[in-house]
Amino acid sequence: MSIPLQSQLPRTYRIKEIKQETEMVRTYTFDGSLGAKPGQFVMVWLPGIDENPMSVAYDDGAVTKITFFAVGDMSEALAEKQVGDLVGLRGPFGTFYEWKPGEHIALVAGGYGAAPMYFIAENSVAHGCTLEVIIGARGKEHLLYLQEFEKLPHVSLHIATNDGSMGYKGYNTDVLEKLLASCPVEKKGKGKPDCSPIDQVFACGPEMMLKKISEVTAKYKIPSQLSLERYMKCGYGLCGNCVVDPLGIRLCIEGPVVKNDTCVKIEEFGKYHRDDLGKKKEFPLP
Amino acid sequence: MNLQQTILGVPFSNPTVLASGIMGITASSWRYCAENGAGAITTKSLWPVEHQGNRNPTIIATEHWTLNAVGVPDAGPEKAKEEIGDFMKDQPIPLIANIIGLSPKEFASIAAVVATLKPDFIEVNLSTPTFLKLRGKLFAEDGNEAGTILKAVRKEIGPIPCFAKLTPNVPNIGEIAKACVDAGADGITAINTAGPGMAIDLRSRMPILAAHKGGLSGPALKPIAVRCIAEIFEATGGKVPIIGTGGIYTGEDALELMLAGASLVGIGTAVGTRGIDVFRKICEEIQLWCTNEGVWEISDMIGGMHKALLARGIKGTSMKHAP
Repeated sequence: MSIPLQSQLPRTYRIKEIKQETEMVRTYTFDGSLGAKPGQFVMVWLPGIDENPMSVAYDDGAVTKITFFAVGDMSEALAEKQVGDLVGLRGPFGTFYEWKPGEHIALVAGGYGAAPMYFIAENSVAHGCTLEVIIGARGKEHLLYLQEFEKLPHVSLHIATNDGSMGYKGYNTDVLEKLLASCPVEKKGKGKPDCSPIDQVFACGPEMMLKKISEVTAKYKIPSQLSLERYMKCGYGLCGNCVVDPLGIRLCIEGPVVKNDTCVKIEEFGKYHRDDLGKKKEFPLP
Repeated sequence: MNLQQTILGVPFSNPTVLASGIMGITASSWRYCAENGAGAITTKSLWPVEHQGNRNPTIIATEHWTLNAVGVPDAGPEKAKEEIGDFMKDQPIPLIANIIGLSPKEFASIAAVVATLKPDFIEVNLSTPTFLKLRGKLFAEDGNEAGTILKAVRKEIGPIPCFAKLTPNVPNIGEIAKACVDAGADGITAINTAGPGMAIDLRSRMPILAAHKGGLSGPALKPIAVRCIAEIFEATGGKVPIIGTGGIYTGEDALELMLAGASLVGIGTAVGTRGIDVFRKICEEIQLWCTNEGVWEISDMIGGMHKALLARGIKGTSMKHAP
């Protein structure tokens, strides 16, 4: 399963394995690699139904995985699929998370954002990085990839649930802020041995969570990379549906992973997104 | 070398134009094209009322061709007013408003709205393959029908120059262009997508596009665009400006369409393949070629093939006139 770089047509693959992660979340495994890097997305196609962008949950050069939340017509139909059924994949598209070997990185995941965060974790740990993984969900039954993260070395796992059913009661962004405050970047190189400042923050999850992380990391002067989501049609940078105001950049090309220096210039970030007709839709307040 | 031209009273800093249907949903996307060297931008087709597009997949591409069946979605005149109004506040480059409807009345209705926003040109979409789904045929297949639409639009837009966007899927694009000009078009945009074409996924046996069929664009379209532009230039005596669109990826592609008769060149799928700065790249490539060849005015290239043929005593490009 290899897609020539310049010939990115959808192609169907048979589902090799299905894992029911939570009540609403499933992971599908396909044989073969798309050559995707953590943070990139694929267009997932159900012939005769629809095609939607989804983060690549995993690609190790041998298998490709997607983890999705069954909400909306297309992903609900996708959730009905069985092992051996055909699903189309097109891509990978877009930017990816970038780190340097040996960095101390905080990964913040909200909801099914845990999947691409695990993909980063496995790759970056292999590059000698140490990780603070902060997973948030409404309640413990919605937490994803806990067992997978627990198996990785050099990972400190932090959990936040809105209802307090596991870990910290509240938002994962509160946990991040405490972490950044406990060891500010000024201490780098001259700090106590037990304090190693965070080099970068990576995040994937709901827009309002990302907005908060953008603000918190700017406040503590820590670089961050955030995975933004907008309605997409083509993935090739042609249709213009995923363009953000006022920069005009396309999140399928210049995103989905956007450095916070750019995120802070996106005025619609945390305020509105656009539907398939280009009409503005406000984000609900948290 | 000079890339500037004034066409129908509108100054263009260079001949590249964002083609309709690409990127053009918001003022910020148009500004982004301007920042990346576009000489002008064309909006997506604007309907008199909100219009739903097709489900995905709507666009699929290879290095050779692109198929699209987006279905011409649009949020309607209120959004057009908001986005065009925003762009016109500090208008960095000329704006061409592309309009669409299903009847002379509908075209007139959106033309009247758009005219109040004072675009530099109005481009009349007579040729999207979506018309095949909505009304069984294209307006641009028939000179009389196309003329009726143009007359209806012309009445509503005062002095704003108006371009008719034509389909390559006719045996007589020159005659259609002539009919459009006779009905009040000030210029011609050619060509819209060809086909439609299809692509099938082998394992599922299903057409890939949700709408099954879609208009063909990309590099494969260029030779058809060159031929159509040459025929339009001949049929209209080289007297009306042509916005040449179809498979332009490089400066040399742009120059080829200009030699056929285009004054401006529409850039579409290359925005994906070569990046948003494709406008700047094409301009640089045009300048390099022209400077090497001793061409100092871009306008000297327009219709150059026709002059070369005439110099050899050959009038026109039709097959029967070939030596």
